[in-house]
Amino acid sequence: MNMVGVEPPSLRDSVAKAEAPGFFFDRVAAARFTDLGCGTIFDGRLMDLAGRSVLLATSSQLATALALIELDGTARRLVILPPDSEAGHLGTVIERAEVDAVVIDDGTPPAPPLDLAVRVNSTPSIVPMDKTPSARHRTEWVLMTSGTTGVPKLLAHDLAGLSAPIQAHSPADGAVVWGTFYDIRRYGGLQIFLRAVFGGASLVLSNAGEPVADHLARLAGRGATHLSGTPSQWRRALMNPAISGIAPRYVRLSGEIADQAILDSLRGAFPQSVIGHAYASTEAGVAFDVNDGLAGFPVAYVGAIRDGVEMKVVDGSLRVRSPRAALRYVGGEQNLADADGFVDTGDILERRGERYYFTGRAGGIINVGGLKVHPEEIEAVINRHPQVRMSLVRRRQSPITGSIVVAEVVLKADRQGQGARPIDLKDDILRHCRAALPRHKVPAAISFVPTLGVATTGKLLRRQE
Amino acid sequence: MSIKLTILEQMEQIAREHGKILAPLKEDLVLADCGLDSLGFAVLVARLEDKLGIDPFTAAEDAFFPVTLGDFVKVYEHGGR
Repeated sequence: MNMVGVEPPSLRDSVAKAEAPGFFFDRVAAARFTDLGCGTIFDGRLMDLAGRSVLLATSSQLATALALIELDGTARRLVILPPDSEAGHLGTVIERAEVDAVVIDDGTPPAPPLDLAVRVNSTPSIVPMDKTPSARHRTEWVLMTSGTTGVPKLLAHDLAGLSAPIQAHSPADGAVVWGTFYDIRRYGGLQIFLRAVFGGASLVLSNAGEPVADHLARLAGRGATHLSGTPSQWRRALMNPAISGIAPRYVRLSGEIADQAILDSLRGAFPQSVIGHAYASTEAGVAFDVNDGLAGFPVAYVGAIRDGVEMKVVDGSLRVRSPRAALRYVGGEQNLADADGFVDTGDILERRGERYYFTGRAGGIINVGGLKVHPEEIEAVINRHPQVRMSLVRRRQSPITGSIVVAEVVLKADRQGQGARPIDLKDDILRHCRAALPRHKVPAAISFVPTLGVATTGKLLRRQE
Repeated sequence: MSIKLTILEQMEQIAREHGKILAPLKEDLVLADCGLDSLGFAVLVARLEDKLGIDPFTAAEDAFFPVTLGDFVKVYEHGGR
């Protein structure tokens, strides 16, 4: 299927044609977004934003979701500000993306003054519009990378590229209610937002600071059928008793390495569900989905062109050439792709038999006495231990080998305070590691912790030592 | 348990884990000949940091490492140099 050159309708055109009403639900309100076919949240000010480079700085996901539908096709450029963005970087973002207007709500922190600020309600009402806007821009969508340090990179996408994976994998099985642990202002969450909007489905959004149990209860209450999140977010959800209330038909993981332990745990929790993991990044877009319940992906995916996406492995690192990839960096010198149009993802692969497995990030390597170690490959082994829910492997400075690896481990909720003494359990986990890993990859020390930090990106927090 | 006994016990455990055979652990044993390799010592120092609360080598301003087992134990007993 060739997606290149196919221009999707604007989001507003798309919802105008919806056959059934679609809703966004958050903790406070429900909004029938299909009313935006001839309705607005902008109270007559939408056309003020026409043709501008608009910073979307709304604090609520609900207001963001509705504004995205209205601004696509109207704004020249849509710069989507993720939650918890560092205020100190905002000036650079505005300058690089030539922002000349901002959309805010009552929860937006004070922003630098711009020519034009349009305020919407954080729980907006959709009011009928006399006529839909006639201005037509091929809106550029600008997303920010989830880098933990420095100024975030700005990546330009268009709607055709962002929605290409959805047209290729449209679930057409009855009424769909999407839910996501992601924030829709990040690539992974935006994919789910677009699936809901294009699929005429509903979407359950989370609120800032909402406890996992409350979010799960709302997902259960709204009858969520399709649920997406990172492996870390799923591990955290599985630790919560409220998980028993949900029964999704489709469970999706992306954003981090889906190891066999989390796939098996989800299979155990949802025996009837389709459980799939996707590989995607803000730079390369969605490269592929895997739905066979196994970690990694078939080697046949590399070298072939599948749904227009081509992959190769160079020096162990996955490179992707894809119509779903970002178009370029905004306001930077750096090239996104190599001379052949491949984006280097920096995600390192290892071939075992007829499958490739992700072992970690090129930038995340720990050097133990000259030997390279990816923390993620050790975590995948620790997570296979039957009493472990999740783990974090990090570097500890060593006067002898420069670095050494140590692990923090969260036990499964039903195993805590039971059975073996902690010291015996540590020994057992270490024995399990020694059986599967070379010596330099076995953690020098293990500590049990009640929880591990998960960033707003949904990824495990890897603090720098 | 004394610091010395803790150190000897950890050395024996790491040797078991790493499949190494330790020389008799006497005061004047030269560490380079004790049977643990550099990774074994790296693990030892990390474990002792957890057990005893100090890593006297990383805390030190200049690089040094004792030659004999007796010196190694003393470094921990003195909490660094």
